[in-house]
Order: sequence, then structure tokens, then C-alpha cells
Amino acid sequence: MARGQPTKKPVRQPRRRTKPKADERRKSRLTIWLEQHLQAWVASLGRLYRAPMPSLMTAAVLSIALALPASFLLFLDNARQVTGAWEGGVRISLFLEQQVSATRQQELLRELRGIEEVAHARLISPEQGLAEFQRLSGFEDALALLDDNPLPPVIEIEPRGALDGMAVESLANKLRGRAEVDQVRLDRQWIERLRSIMALIERVVWVVAVLLAAVVVLVVGNTIRLDIENRREEIVIAKLIGATDAFIRRPFLYEGIWYGLLGGIAAAMLVEIGRWLIGGPAQALARLYGSSYALSGLGGSGLLTLLGLGVVLGLAGSYLAVGRHLAAIEPR
Amino acid sequence: MIRFDNVSKRYPAGHEALHDVSLHIGRGEMVFVTGHSGAGKSTLLRLIPLLERPSRGSVVVAGANLERIGRRRIPELRRRIGVIFQDHRLLFDRSVFDNVALPLVISGQPRGEIARRVRAALDKVGLLDKERMAPITLSGGEQQRVGIARAVVSRPPILIADEPTGNLDPALSEEIMRLFQDFNRVGTTVVIASHDLALIRRLGHRVITLDKGRLIDDWTGAA
Repeated sequence: MARGQPTKKPVRQPRRRTKPKADERRKSRLTIWLEQHLQAWVASLGRLYRAPMPSLMTAAVLSIALALPASFLLFLDNARQVTGAWEGGVRISLFLEQQVSATRQQELLRELRGIEEVAHARLISPEQGLAEFQRLSGFEDALALLDDNPLPPVIEIEPRGALDGMAVESLANKLRGRAEVDQVRLDRQWIERLRSIMALIERVVWVVAVLLAAVVVLVVGNTIRLDIENRREEIVIAKLIGATDAFIRRPFLYEGIWYGLLGGIAAAMLVEIGRWLIGGPAQALARLYGSSYALSGLGGSGLLTLLGLGVVLGLAGSYLAVGRHLAAIEPR
Repeated sequence: MIRFDNVSKRYPAGHEALHDVSLHIGRGEMVFVTGHSGAGKSTLLRLIPLLERPSRGSVVVAGANLERIGRRRIPELRRRIGVIFQDHRLLFDRSVFDNVALPLVISGQPRGEIARRVRAALDKVGLLDKERMAPITLSGGEQQRVGIARAVVSRPPILIADEPTGNLDPALSEEIMRLFQDFNRVGTTVVIASHDLALIRRLGHRVITLDKGRLIDDWTGAA
């Protein structure tokens, strides 16, 4: 043991570790702990670097598994932004029967303005309607050929701003009951349908996202498992000379984190490439609708979420593999 | 330092490797364990760093009853026992220096301390000039000496060696044994399994003989 101890006589050996002040010792233990982590962190990256092809393949699989749900969710996010702009004014259009007289139309208008829930009411006579239609639709010439005006008189109602969807609905139902009214149209119906379709798609995307997250965990887990197999001898020797489980586990956990991080970075790149490819056609479509909308990207928080998720899933995968396989390796 | 009380070890296959063995090895002693192959030498050694647990009986190492050492505390025990194998068990993807440094890295020594102690250990086994080399480029005797340097680098109070000279010629074997004597001389308890009787007798230390798992002779040597 101690060199320079000349005698073979079994003297009781003093504890080798001298005891410095408590906080000094704690500090050095902390630095050692940090150093060991740093070492494992760098060493695991070094191992990935030394086997670039398998590491890249794994990272590529992870990036696709992460990029798919990320881009779906980004697409939904964009769709929501677009439709959000359309939701402002809800209007109720009352299509009156053709034979309602002009005086009756005016009376009805006054009555409607008296209803509490109604903010504004505007009468659009068939002539006005036709003129507006001609101006906006571009079918001017064709419409000029019509002998008589096919449009019914319409009263357009803007409900009070404070009303929610249910109240507007019940107002519309109340108006539908009037004898003069042929049809009631809520122009927000189609937005609601669109929204429920989007909610459905979103649910599907989440289900797929959860499945793909499981794929990430399993792929990382399997990669780490193979790595543990390949380094069995090293693990055995480390255990033989007194390595703790934590010490042996550490480089594999960091490896999982690296895979997750690399996969996340590559996924973010894939998403941005996809946005760039779709960007042109999307803008052309927006222009047709008179909008200058441009697809929004991941953004800072989206990027961080993606990377963070990659890291968490990678860590989960390696944790799974390490828990299952390291305990099974014991020195023989 | 090491005490076996009525220790038996039966493997799941039914083979009984040790049968009711009791012995005591004092602090600072140097002991050879001998016997035919299959006599239980390796099993006896493997019980000390808890590579195996006995089926019956108790083993006490440095005052600690191994029965009471749970899985989580095994590393602590192994750090105090240097183990040397016949097949060296070196890592061939690392340099000689890194192989020897491994126990110190595991126990979290500061970098400067590691370099100093690794060089001291390599100097002791006469391989200081080969620290940058890969173990695979070394001869069998040199590889064994790297294994010994790794076992002693953390200055454990106990050294155990399983057939350390199994593959070496007589001159090299004697050299390795002398090395163990040097470590023993500075207070380390040394237990060596070997079947090289001629060499063992010449060295004049205590010899424990096993046969079919039973302790049949305990020769206390020249003392």
C-alpha cells in the first residue's frame, strides 16, 4: 500500500484519505462529479463521431420521426392563423319571401332593429343585391341578359358583439320562425365546420405524434442496446474494478441525449426545408384570395420545444435500454 | 484480513466447487492457493471481490461480512481489492496509460494525481516507456504487467491474482512473482492461485492446497 513503508509487519494502516475541512471536501467532490459528467458527455460525443455512419443513420431516422408531427402541427398552426382572421364579424342573413311588399320589408326592418340582440340591421333590396353581385362577381354581362331579378330581398343582421355562438344560434332560430322569412343563413357555419374538421385532423396528428415519439424512444433504446452489447467487455472490466452503476450508465445516457439533440436539429432543418418548398405555392394561393399571408415557421420557441423533446425522448430511450441491459452484465 | 468460515459454493448445475472451506489470511500475508485445475482455486478467489456469492458459510474481508454488502456497495469493496487475471482483461482500444488509469478515473481522482500514480505504477512494473502503446502490441508478459499495474495503481490493501503466470515461461513467471513479493513487502495482502508448485515452494510463502473443493493442506512455509 503506502510506499516507503519498510516493514512487512501488519501495522494497522491509517485511513489514507486525510480529512480536509468539510466544505473543501464537498467542493472537490462536486468538481470531480462535474468533471466525470463532462468527461462522459464529451466521450459519448467522441464515440458517435468515431462511428459516423451508424450514428448518422440513427439521427436520420429520429429526425424524420420528429419532423413529421412537427410539420403537421406547424401546418395546423398556419391554418388556424388563416381562419382566425375570418372569424371577426358574424352576420345573419334573412332571405325574405319574394312576394313580401316593400312597405312590409321596411316594417320588418324597424321591428328587427327593436330586438335587443341586434346591433345593426340593413335591408338589401333585390336591385341593390343585383348591383352588388354584378360589381363583385364579374358576371356583369351575363347578368345583364336576365329579364327579371332572381334575387330575393335580404335583411342583413349584425348581432351584438357580446353574443356567443349559442346566443347567435338561438337568435337565428327565432328569426327563422317569422312568416316573411324564407331562409336564414349564418355565415359562420362553414367556419365552424372547418374548425371541427381541423380539430379532427389535430387529434389524428396528436395520435400519430405519440406513436412517432414511441418510435424515437425505441430507436434510441435499440441503438444503445447494441452499443452496450458491443462494449460488454469494457463494462465487465469497469465493474470488476469497482465502477458504480451510475458511472457505467452515464456515457450511455449522454449518448441518448446526443442522439435526441442531433435528431431534433435535423428535424428542425427538415421542417424548414419543407416550409421553403411549400412557401411559393402557398403564397400564390394566398394571393388568389387577396391575402399576403406567408407560412410561419417553427420560431424560437418551436425550435426549442423540438430540440427539448428530442433530448427528453432520447434520454428516455437510453434509460430504458440501460435499465434493462446493464444489470444483466456481470463479471464472469 | 480475509476469513472464510465453512464456505461452500454449489453452482446451479449441481457441481460443488467448494466444500466447507475455513481459512484465515492475515493482514500483510502472502498466500498461494494451489491444486489441480477444477479444485476450486478460482472459485475461492472469486468469492473475495464478490464475483460470486457463497452458497453456504460466510466470508469476511477487511472486517466486512460480505453477506451484508448489497449490490450497491459492491463497487466500494472492489475498489479495495486489486484483481489480476490470467487473460489480463485489458481494453484493447485504449493505450497502456488509459488502461492503468481506469481504476483512478472510476474513483474520480483529479487528473494530475492520475498521471502521477499511473506513471509510478508503470515504473514499478518496468513499462514506463510503453505508456503510449496499444496493449495488443505488447508481449504476453508485458500485457500481464499492465494488468498488474492496473490492479495496484489505486494502492488497494488486498491483491488477488488468478494464475497470473499461466501462459508465461519460467523466467518471466519468476519475475512476475518477485513483483508480487515487492507489493507484499510494503504491506499489501496478496493471494495468488497457481499450479506452478516448483516456483511456489522456492518462494517460501504459505501454501493452501485444494482438492475437489476441499482444503486438504495448509503449509505455512518457511515461517
